[in-house]
Amino acid sequence: MVTRSEHIASDILFEWLLRRGDTALILGHRVSEWCGHAPVLEEDIALANIALDLIGQSRLWLGYAGEVEDKGRGENELAYLRDAWHFRNVLLAEQPNGDFGNTLMRQFLIDAWQDALLEALKSSADERIAEIAVKAGKEVAYHLDRSSDLVIRLGDGTPESHRRMQDALDTLWPYVGEMFVADAVDEAMAEAGLAPDPQTLKPGWEETVAAVFKQATLTQPQSDFAHKGGLTGRHSEHLGHLLSEMQFLQRAYPGATW
Amino acid sequence: MQVSTDTVWQWLSEVPDPEIPVISLTDLGIIRDVSWDEDTLVVTVTPTYTGCPATSVINLDIETKLRSCGIDDLRLEQKLTPAWTTDWLTAEGREKLRQYGIAPPAEEQAQRGGGTDARVARLTGLKNLVVACPRCGSQNTEKISQFGSTPCKAAYRCRACLEPFDYFKCH
Ligand SMILES: [Zn+2]
Repeated sequence: MVTRSEHIASDILFEWLLRRGDTALILGHRVSEWCGHAPVLEEDIALANIALDLIGQSRLWLGYAGEVEDKGRGENELAYLRDAWHFRNVLLAEQPNGDFGNTLMRQFLIDAWQDALLEALKSSADERIAEIAVKAGKEVAYHLDRSSDLVIRLGDGTPESHRRMQDALDTLWPYVGEMFVADAVDEAMAEAGLAPDPQTLKPGWEETVAAVFKQATLTQPQSDFAHKGGLTGRHSEHLGHLLSEMQFLQRAYPGATW
Repeated sequence: MQVSTDTVWQWLSEVPDPEIPVISLTDLGIIRDVSWDEDTLVVTVTPTYTGCPATSVINLDIETKLRSCGIDDLRLEQKLTPAWTTDWLTAEGREKLRQYGIAPPAEEQAQRGGGTDARVARLTGLKNLVVACPRCGSQNTEKISQFGSTPCKAAYRCRACLEPFDYFKCH
């Protein structure tokens, strides 16, 4: 099967694939931290399953990234043997779980973005990207159904659940801007017809989140201040702590396998 | 002498799904192709969900079955396209699921899409899925959780017979 894109320099494609794979991996790891701690059994199971989907998606992206890089690194080496400054996930994905409401709000903001991004990637000129997008897009659409439903139920719930959801939205809002910023990598990908310019995803995303927040009786913050840096490897201190747990086994026992 | 691919399909139809053993891998619709590449038997498998922990068990079960049938030279390949949806489940597989107590996927639901209006209507809960109870057939059921005992199922409850049940979710 011809999969390797001929349309772009491999270092740019590699960088872009890491952004996809790392965002799914880091969010998946964060969600997995709830395993055994969720407020009710059904939510515990749901969170664990969502984490599994995200880690599965990450394997597809990082597997392809490793092939494009062509230096003998596969999905495992990329996930477990890089340090924080080599990760390319959006900062929103690495933010701590906080309470259940904060976790759901983070999930909803990212799901709505991924849903729009993967939909656009289905028509990528790179067939490997397109097929991963089709596969991951189905799962993300399902996650978005769930996170929207819970944001509405808790936002339009009790005074306490409403307060927690509004607090979560206010806390996380400064991290949404990074999802829609285009840099040289995005421009090259868009130029080659491989991926959309992230800025073009914003109107659809805004429409989705505004409709859900209206039903949820939540007030969308007006500020457009945006923390940036995750996509180029400048992370918050939270990522280092996350990695020290996620990568513990490979750090303590290099080369360990099942 | 090479056995026919029809025979191999028959063998594979005897391999149960590791998580829902009442249906076979061929009922589930995840075997995409069986072919010979010279002397090597190639079986192409598509994953149900990207993170499905059963994927490696399924591959092992296929290999074990085929080796027990005398195939020594075989290769498993993964294929993502076209992506698996519950529409790939056979009619027989659906009926086996129902008898086992798992509501089969609502057929037309696997196709998503529609424009922004349809998406917003779905996300804001204006459109709900009707799932019939596999035990008593009542459509008076409610969703308890979008995820159930495995990544491919959701948890429901029947308001008529009061029994909880699994629903094989649609993607
Ligand atoms: Zn019933």
